Parts: sequence; C-alpha cells; structure tokens
Amino acid sequence: MSILVDETTKVLVQGITGSFGARHAQLSIDYGTQIVAGVTPAKGGQTFDHAGKKVPIYDTVSAAARESGATVSVIFVPPAYAGDAILEAVDAGLELVVCITEGIPVMDMMRVRAIMEGCKTRLVGPNCPGIVTPGRGEKSFGGCRIGISPGYIHKRGNVGVVSRSGTLTYEAVWQLTQAGYGQSTCVGIGGDPINGTSHIDVLKMFNDDPETEAIIMIGEIGGSAEEAAAEFVKQYVKKPVVGFIAGQTAPPGRRMGHAGAIISGGQGTAADKMKAMTAAGIHVVVSPAEIGAALARVIGKG
Amino acid sequence: MNIHEYQAKELFDRFGVPSPKGKAASTPKEAYDAAKWLDVTNLVVKAQVHAGGRGKGVFKSGFKGGVQLVDSPEAARDVAAQMLGEVLVTKQTGEAGRLVRKVIVTESVNIEREIYLAILMDRESRRPVIIASTEGGMDIEEVAAKTPEKIIRESVNPLAGLQAYQVRKLCEALGFNTTARQFGRLLHALYKLFIECDCSMVEINPVVVTTDDHVYALDAKFNFDDNALFRHPEILAMRDPEEEDPREVMASEYGLNYIGLDGNIACLVNGAGLAMATMDIIKYYGGEPANFLDVGGGATKEQVVAAFKIILGDPVVKGILVNIFGGIMDCDVIANGIVEATREVGLNLPLVVRLEGNNVEAGRLTLAGSQVALVTATTMADAAQKIVAAVK
Repeated sequence: MSILVDETTKVLVQGITGSFGARHAQLSIDYGTQIVAGVTPAKGGQTFDHAGKKVPIYDTVSAAARESGATVSVIFVPPAYAGDAILEAVDAGLELVVCITEGIPVMDMMRVRAIMEGCKTRLVGPNCPGIVTPGRGEKSFGGCRIGISPGYIHKRGNVGVVSRSGTLTYEAVWQLTQAGYGQSTCVGIGGDPINGTSHIDVLKMFNDDPETEAIIMIGEIGGSAEEAAAEFVKQYVKKPVVGFIAGQTAPPGRRMGHAGAIISGGQGTAADKMKAMTAAGIHVVVSPAEIGAALARVIGKG
Repeated sequence: MNIHEYQAKELFDRFGVPSPKGKAASTPKEAYDAAKWLDVTNLVVKAQVHAGGRGKGVFKSGFKGGVQLVDSPEAARDVAAQMLGEVLVTKQTGEAGRLVRKVIVTESVNIEREIYLAILMDRESRRPVIIASTEGGMDIEEVAAKTPEKIIRESVNPLAGLQAYQVRKLCEALGFNTTARQFGRLLHALYKLFIECDCSMVEINPVVVTTDDHVYALDAKFNFDDNALFRHPEILAMRDPEEEDPREVMASEYGLNYIGLDGNIACLVNGAGLAMATMDIIKYYGGEPANFLDVGGGATKEQVVAAFKIILGDPVVKGILVNIFGGIMDCDVIANGIVEATREVGLNLPLVVRLEGNNVEAGRLTLAGSQVALVTATTMADAAQKIVAAVK
C-alpha cells in the first residue's frame, strides 16, 4: 500500500509538449510510471514519443481521460492558464490533479478552490514537486513519479513524507534513503498560500495507510497550516511524526521565495509552529540535517 | 510590491474610491501649479517615499516634517522646494533616509471622525476578508491586541462578490448614518479595485468623515500579488526601483530571489525551502546568515555569477556557503558553473560548496580539481560547520 498513487496509476500530462512538461514526462516514463495520455490544445492526434512508447495527445482533458482511462492528471501549464487547466481536469472527473506550476495568481487559486467546493477531485499543489510512490526496482524504479522530483533518491519503504517545499523535500528523502529508511509515498503539497491539499489531509491518509509506519512533516513559515496539523496529530495520529520548519531565521514581513512563506503581523513564525508541533508530540528537529537521524531514533532502529 | 501615495490616488480615481483632490509634483513649479489648480487655501504638501512616519520625519537639511499644511500656491512651492531632492529620515527609513523625488499637493480636509478599513486575502478561509474598525488612524495591530471587540471582520464569497447586505452590516457596525451611502460606494469601489488589481492587501487608515459630511480615503497602503503582475502592466509600471534594495533589484533581473539579512555568512541555494533551511543550519551552528538567496530549482552558470556578484556587493559578508541539491540537473554542470563563476568574479572569501544529487561524484571531482580555493562538504551539517569555522 501507499497513498494517493501506486505503480498501477494511469497518469495524463497537461502541457506534455512544453519543454518542462516533456522533460518530466520522459523522466516519469523512465521511472516506470504509466503515462497514458497527454493534453495540449490544438495538438490532438499527435503522439509524444519516448523510449519506444507512443503516448497519444488529445485536445481536451475529458477526451484524454475517456480514451486512456487515466484517473490522475499532472499539470505543467504556464501560470496564466493553470487555473483553467485545473478546472478542466476537475470537470473531466479525475480523481487526483497534481499542479506543478509555480506563479499562479492567488485570485485564480481562490476562484478555483471556491469552484471545487463539493467536487470529488483532489488537488495537490500548485507550486509543488508532486508525488512519488517509490518502486521496488533499482534506485526505486518501477514506481509512480508524478511531477518533478528526482526518482532515484527514493527507496520503497514505510516512511510517509509530506512537505511544502521542493529541494528541501529531496534533501529529507535523501537523508532517509541514505540511512536505509524507504518511503511509502512522498507528497509535496506546495509553497503557495492557497493550495489544494493540506498537511492534515496527507497526515490523515498516512495515518490510515497500513504500510506507513512513521511520518516526516516539513513545513515552513507563513499561515497556520502547521499549527492545525499539529492539533490533528495530537488528536488522531498514532504513528511517530518527525517535523521540521524552514525559516527559523527569516525576517518578518518578507516573502521568502515561496508565495506563501511570509510572517505577517507576527503570525506564521517558525517558533510558534515548532512550539505547537512539539506540544502535539511531534519530534521537532531544529537542524534540517537531523531529519533522517531523528526518524531513525523514533522508530528505534538507528 | 509597494506603490507611492500619489500612485494609490491614481488607482482610487480610476475605480471611484473618493479621496481629496490633489496632484503629484516633481518640481516646486509643479507644486505651485497644482496648488493653483486646486484653488483652495487649505492645502497639504506630502513627501513621496515608501515609508511611514513622514509627518514626524526630519530632512537631513534640518527641515522638519515630510507633511506640511500651507495656505497658498507660493507657500506650497516653497515647502516643495525644501522637500524635493532632499533626504527624509523617518522611524521606518533607518538612518540612511530616502531621497524625495516627488511630492503630492492635495486639499486638506476637516476631520470629524476616522475609520480603519482594509481588504485582505485570508489564506485560511481562502476568501477576501474586509476588516474595519471605528478606531481609525491608530495602529490597528495594537487595537486588535487591546480591544479585539472593536475589530469587525466580514468575509466575502469570491464567486458571488461583495453583497449589499454586507455593506449595510458594516455601515451599521461602524456607525454610519447620513454618510452611509457614500461609505457604501467607497466600499464597493475598493472591493472592485482589490479584485481587479490582484491585491493581496489594501489598507486605508484612515477613511475620514469630514465636518461637511464627505467620506474620503486619506491614506492607503497596497500590497500586490507578485504572481499576478504579468497581467497588470500599468501597476508594474508604478514600481519604483529607487525605493528598493539595489541588490534585490539586481537579483530579480536574473530570476533570483534575494533578501538581505544582518549576518556575515552569505548563502546560495537552489529552492526556497532549502534556502531557508540553509540559513537555519548556519544559525544552528553559531553563525549568522547574511541573506536568503534562492537561485531556483536549476542554477545556471549565469545565475551563479550574478548571485556571487550580489553577495559580494555586501561588505559585511565574510564567507559563502553554496548548497545545491541537484535533483534532476547534472551536478557536474553545476560544479563547472560554480568554478567559472568564482573565477569570473575573482572570489577571495572562504567558500564552502556542498553539492548533492545527480552525478555528484563527477561534480565533486570538478570542484576538487579546479584550483579554486574552495572547501567541499558532503552534508548540510558538514557544510555549515565548515563555513562557520572559516569566518570565525
């Protein structure tokens, strides 16, 4: 088991002919992920060829989903059109939409989320590295890689990872893999102020997933999602959780790269989040280099 | 992105948010003409800088007050001459102060009462929220801390927009009666502006009711969503790079995210989360980060050169930590970029490079064989300890 996706998941790529989307569609195919369709308006009927595979391209998401049986979409569409791309995937009835695009206007995401109210589709991201359920092959190949994470840093195992960041997540995953701890699924929920899936949503899935034995939760300054997640952990999560918050040294009032990473009006500091998480029984590390070691300690093998 | 008061007034005029009549001026003559055009004897001249506390500010020339009441075009011209081209120091500018390039000349109004009004994007509810208070003109965070009952919040459904009943509720709570229609019009106009200009916050402190029953927005603070500026060239054109940290201006030209801090260990990292975490680990090992610098997920040679130049422009920097997790990118390409960049900028400070990821062995060999005086590190902890030791 894993959460959200596994090696049988059929994935379509919105924006498969753009350079960024194409590159990562290739890497996912190499990883063993079932990329079954692509969508690029006005390029329907063409194919996306890689490693002996011919992935059919469609004009619309609904046609792509209907013809290919894809249940998941990954979006590499530029920011100005990404909101529309998300809603198109929702309209097509997909189970899961993973939006990688960085730089979507907040107003667009506000409308998208308001329209998605009550829909069955789950959105992960935007501005996220995506989702990886590692495979059982060499360097974790044979798994499901949706997005832009480097596949080879993973290893199949029992640690669930949820994070707002990209490269910091790779760092944490790499520490785990180096220490011999594989991952059930790694979910990047994204660095934007308005996103689809929260820390809590993912924690809940990891808590219910029999394969996941421990959880790494990586947050950062801004908002209060980590505080809410801490409260959830305190009440419901039975598995050990190791946490880290990036931005302990960030000045107030400045946006630290991610659109959502800002301390405003004294709210959203790392100190507050770490305090709430510690109070909830989460093993909070101060140094980002200690994430793997702390996980080893809490599950008693290190 | 911030804008000047006179630019905020332009936006107010465009959307029909009432504010006192006025004009911006770059020369004393223009200030004179503006006052003449206003044709009143109750005038105010305000220095235009991106900083609060202007009224109590002092110019380096010794002239006191960045906000002056005057009664004639001649007096407006003389006051403008004292402000333009001079450096104004306020509690928010720091000792360096800000050069005044423009003033705004407006009609001054007789204030009966002051209201606080703001609209902001609330990330938790994912909706625009109107925040208002009868305690206008005060520090709103202080009001919220001491008398939270005096803060009114009204959340707006983004698909439906601001409803008439919500405006009536706010008018009642804020004690508007004869001027309720005027305030309602202001609020509708401000909401439209907030949405159409992709604001993340607009704050008017205060909205005033004048003794002759007019409602005006007297001062305004805007925050725009940087992600949406691509569809607002007219707002982007309001950007004043003279008011920004020159290093941040240069960084943005190269697609880098740079924020200057007070420490002496500079860092250069790919990815915002890892960049913050790198600052944190410098602190963890007893050092102080000099900056936040995210070169993006990739990190090309051109970006690394620009990043080094920006870092070296800070005289306080005593050492540099480069931390790159090259997930997809070839670490050897990154290593070559770093080596070339150090040569190009003639780096002579301690440099620790931690490289991890795809083809890292080749990258580390390139660094080791480069003849550039740098120290390699394998883990983040190793890297942070080495650079902290090097600057001590």
